Order: sequence, then structure tokens, then C-alpha cells
Amino acid sequence: MAIRDFLRERFFPHMWCPGCGHGIVLNNMLRAIQTLGMSKNEIAMVSGIGCSSRISGYVDFHTLHTIHGRALAFATGLKMSMPELNVIVPMGDGDALSIGGNHFIHACRRNIAMTALVMNNRIYGMTGGQFSPLSGYGTLATTAPYTNIDHGFDVVDLAISAGATFVARTTTYHAKQMADIIREAIIHDGFSVVEIMTQCPTYFGRKNKLGDASNMMEWMKDITTPVGSKAKEENPDLIERGIFVQKELPEYCSEYNKVIERAMKGRS
Amino acid sequence: MNNQVKFVQGNEACAEGALYAGLDFFAGYPITPSTEIAERMSIQLPKIGGKYLQMEDEIASLAAIIGASLTGHKVMTATSGPGFSLMQEALGFAVMAEIPCVIVNVQRGGPSTGNPTHVSQGDVNQARWGTHGDHAIVALTASNHQDVFRVTVEAFNIAETYRTPVVLLFDEVVGHMREKLTIPEPGEIPLVERLKTSVRGGVDYHPYLPREDGRLPMSDFGGVHRYNVTGLFHDMWGFPTDNPKIVQGLLRHLVDKIENNSHKIAMYKEYYMEDARRILISYGSAARSALHVVENRRSRGERLGLLELQTLWPFPYNVVKERCSGARSVTVVEMNKGQIADQVKAAVDDPGKVFLANRVDGVLITPTDIRNFLRVIQGRGI
Ligand SMILES: Cc1ncc(C[n+]2csc(CCOP(=O)(O)OP(=O)(O)O)c2C)c(N)n1
Ligand code: SF4
Repeated sequence: MAIRDFLRERFFPHMWCPGCGHGIVLNNMLRAIQTLGMSKNEIAMVSGIGCSSRISGYVDFHTLHTIHGRALAFATGLKMSMPELNVIVPMGDGDALSIGGNHFIHACRRNIAMTALVMNNRIYGMTGGQFSPLSGYGTLATTAPYTNIDHGFDVVDLAISAGATFVARTTTYHAKQMADIIREAIIHDGFSVVEIMTQCPTYFGRKNKLGDASNMMEWMKDITTPVGSKAKEENPDLIERGIFVQKELPEYCSEYNKVIERAMKGRS
Repeated sequence: MNNQVKFVQGNEACAEGALYAGLDFFAGYPITPSTEIAERMSIQLPKIGGKYLQMEDEIASLAAIIGASLTGHKVMTATSGPGFSLMQEALGFAVMAEIPCVIVNVQRGGPSTGNPTHVSQGDVNQARWGTHGDHAIVALTASNHQDVFRVTVEAFNIAETYRTPVVLLFDEVVGHMREKLTIPEPGEIPLVERLKTSVRGGVDYHPYLPREDGRLPMSDFGGVHRYNVTGLFHDMWGFPTDNPKIVQGLLRHLVDKIENNSHKIAMYKEYYMEDARRILISYGSAARSALHVVENRRSRGERLGLLELQTLWPFPYNVVKERCSGARSVTVVEMNKGQIADQVKAAVDDPGKVFLANRVDGVLITPTDIRNFLRVIQGRGI
């Protein structure tokens, strides 16, 4: 199937700014799905609120666009009620880790099979450039005019300690790697987290004087390095990208089937 | 037959009613005085192949059942005041996206953590206006376990008929009290199943195009039709729009589908109302005390009647207006500061004849309390 066939062209043009990284995520997510050969009917996308969450409107899957921060909770009910669906949950960094932080750690802990894509542009794009829990110390935002004193989360560390069984990081510069990782994440039978470092040239880029979209993508190339690389030993400030965790643990929907078995036995 | 008669708590009666209605998916978070509903569900649902989810909070609980309802399941969550407050945003989502679901609020004293193990009826207005924006809502209540069972089944029927969230506003006394419950035979209470679209797969499909009668036949999410569901104002494809015409049309549809059918949704019981000159209006556990007073006075020949409301929202203005038209006085017995009394005043021709007999201290209003109120009211020569 061609990439175009996954899109709802009726709903274009999209609402993202020129240069926004969210379109690159859309593109490579669809490329990943394309290689899997799934039918569109097998895929559900559940999102919250934010520029990133609008991604669900543009794809021709079963799409559920919910409320800010709660996408994983809606997705949990959806998946439990219909485990055969492949559920993908794209979220902004604010959506996933500020207002949705509680749902995020609990979804990791349950190990319910779905793919969480954290589109981390380190800013609240949709509301116009306020700092997020991923902006990081010392950055500028419309609500951090004297520089931000909030420390950021490390999405990967957080997901690992909360129990996610597939955890990876990539960037919009590394488009090929992004598609490969998302593919692995979707195949994984458990809760998958993929942090995708992406650019918001309109707010994070402008506020922090990082140049245009291509400058920001170059910058993401420069500040990251493959997991376990030598470069990281020499320069600990580099951010690692690649797959950090990929392990098999009992998945939540299958575990619940055991509960059903036990309950039914108890009755007879 | 014998096992169809049970001695249970009101919360269990609610759980039994939900199962009778066809519930097979429940998500919740523990809170007094509603927790027994979740406990019952965790035992019963897996036995029938259903699912019980304990979520991380009440926001997630309502979100999860909305997700499950979309795929065609009958769903419910249960909570009390603080959890109901947390659910308000997702409740609005269910209104906007037209998701059938049932939300039980076994009321306790508020605001805040309030009076956790004590009775109240303070969330009547929150059920009506807790979520933001103009909208219609359905809220039902009951005063005894047979009725708890019955209105719970009706809550599912209404949720399916109108594709709407339905709030069950029980209270601590009814929830925790034990009394007899007879489970009706299957088929004894008719059940409404989800109205599905007749549009076949592969054909251009408009998920959000209601029929002329306001009902919305939908395809189960995850099935043969792929479509978008959103909390934004949306067009017939379910795609976001701010086109003023579409926005106004959708809002009107969401309100009208409930308000225009309020006569069908109105559930109430009448005791000694035919010739009543003075009327008590009550609901929930307060109505038990009110009935006691009415029966007592009737035995002494006083023409007192009771109108027990089971549908609180949409408020049955016409029923109240009509029943109260000839009455000298109407006394609303409730355990809040007059949330239903305000509606009764709006319904009747002469609001001056409407009085409030209430208690807001976490204690069930007693027949003596009501008699004392009546003495004062009647002492004024009314
Ligand atoms: C309950 C609630 N609070 C606040 C908002 C306003 N709001 C909408 S999107 C958003 C943040 C968006 O940032 P992020 O999730 O990082 O996504 P981005 O727009 O950057 O892609 C906020 C605060 C809302 N819609 N709902
Ligand atoms: S504001 Fe930022 S995140 Fe939102 S569309 Fe524009 S560039 Fe993208």
C-alpha cells in the first residue's frame, strides 16, 4: 500500500507550521506501518490534545482524539475491550508527561500492548510556547522569560523505571532510524515507548535562538549519539538514541485472560 | 427461583442491575461509599468473560470505559463526590462524542473530602452542570434496592437509546443499607441494545449523521468502518470544525435529543397523590422518610401525598407542574441546600407555596424532622 493510502486527504492541508517536526513523525510512522503489511482496519490511533495529537485526524485508521493528557487511559480501555487492535498513541511531551504523567507511568507498569510515541519538542506548541516538563533547566519559553528553573524528565529513564518493556529514543533528523524503531515498537508485545525528539521552530526554536527547522534538526544530530557509543564516554552530555530496553514480560490483556480462566473455574 | 431473592446492599443491587442490563466492562477507583460496586464487579465480570479494570484514578476510569464503549460494550464506572469531580472533563467528552456509558455517584457529604462515610444529596447540581459548556444530561436516582436495580437497568437503556452518558446519583444510605432484592427473570425488564448502522463496509459512511428522530446509529469502533471520534465540535465525518453553522447544529442536536424526550426519560412514583392537598416531593433515601410521614398522616385522614422523583435530570418540569397545580403547599424533602427545591419552584405556578425540608449534617433526614418542618409550614396557615 502506498503511503498516500494511509492518509485522509480530505482533511488536508494539515494544521502544522512550516518546518514542524510532527509531519516527519507522521511520515515515518506510516513508513513503519507500511513495512508491517497490516490492514488499516487493524490499527487504532488514540491521541490527546496538542499539535502532536492532531496526527490522529490525518490517518485513515480507527482514530480517537480525546482530551489533554488522558490518551493512554482511553487507549487502555479500548485495547482491553478489543485486544486484537494494534493501538498507537502519539502524544506531545506536555500531553504525555505533564498532565498525562500519571497515566504514562501506570501504562508502563501494566505492560499493556500499545505503542506510545512521545513527540518531544520540549515546549507546549499548541498553547503558544510555554515551558513543559521536558524543556529543561536554563531554556526560554513564554512563561519562562527569565530562564526556566524546572529540571526536565528523561523520558527514557522514566519509562524504564516505570516498567515499560520496549523503550527507545530517536529524532526527526534520523528519519530512517525512526521508522525502524517505530516498526519494532509496534511489533513488540507489551508497552512500547518511543521518545522522538522533534522540532518546534515556531516556539522552542525561536525562543531559544536555535535557527530554523533545518538548523534544529542539525542540532539534534549534533547532541545525540547511538546507544553505547564511544562518543558518549568522551562526552557524557550527548543524548543517546536507539533501543534501550526490549524484553518479554507477560502482557496485560493476556494476563487478564488468565484472570477470566481462574474466575470461571472458581464458579464451576 | 429462591436464589433470585437476595439480601444485599444497595451498591450490590446496582451491580446486579448493571449485569442484568448486559454490562461487561467496568473500570473504577476505590472510594467510600461506592467501593462495593467495584468489588462486586471484580468478582462477577471475569466469570462471564467481562473485564474489570482498576485504573490509576477516576479520570482514567471514565476514560477507559469510554474507550471500551466505543467498541460496542456496555460500560460503567462508580465513584463518589471527589471522584465525580475528577470525571467532569471526560464526562463532557462522552456528551460531545455521544458515548453510551453509566457513571454511578454514591453521594457523600462535600465539598472536598467532606463527610466520607455519611449521607448527602449534594451533587444534584454537579451532575447537571459539572462539566463545562452547554449540554444536556440524564441523572437518575432511587430510594430502595428494587428500584436501584430497576433504574440501573434503565440507565443503560437510556444510555443506549440516546447515545449519552447517564449519571446514577445514589447516596450513602441507599448504597450501604441492606434489604431484600428480587432479581427479575431475564426478559422481564426489556433491554435496549446499541443501534447500529446499516451502512455496509467499504461504503462512504458518516458516523455522526443522526437520523431524523435524533438517534445516532453508529458502527462499532475497530470494526468495518474507520472514522474519527473527537471532543472538538465535528462534522458528520467526525472531523473537527469551527464552522458556526455546524457548531450550532451539533450543540442543538446534543441538547435536543435529551430535552425533547424528557417526557420519555421521566421516571417517578406517586403515593396518595390523587386527592393530595399537600405534597411532599423527594428522592433517594430522603424519600423513605417522606413516605413514612405520608403513610402515617394518611392513616389519620390527612390528604398528604408523595411524588418520588427517580429522574432528576432532565428535570420533569411538566410532571411537577401538573401534579402540584391544585396543592396548597409543596414541600421538597432532600439532603442538600435546596437543589431540587429550586427546580420545583421553577416548575410550579406559585413558587411561594414551595418549601424546603432538609438536613445537611451527614445524618439521614428522619420522619420526625419532616414532621417538624410541616408543623412550621402548616403553622403559618398554609
Ligand atoms: C485540561 C486542559 N488543560 C490545558 C489545555 C490546553 N492545552 C492544549 S494543548 C496543551 C499543551 C500542548 O503541548 P504538548 O502536549 O507538548 O504538544 P505540542 O502542542 O507541543 O505538540 C495545553 C496546555 C487543555 N486543552 N486541556
Ligand atoms: S507550534 Fe510548534 S509544535 Fe505546533 S505546529 Fe507549530 S511548529 Fe509544530
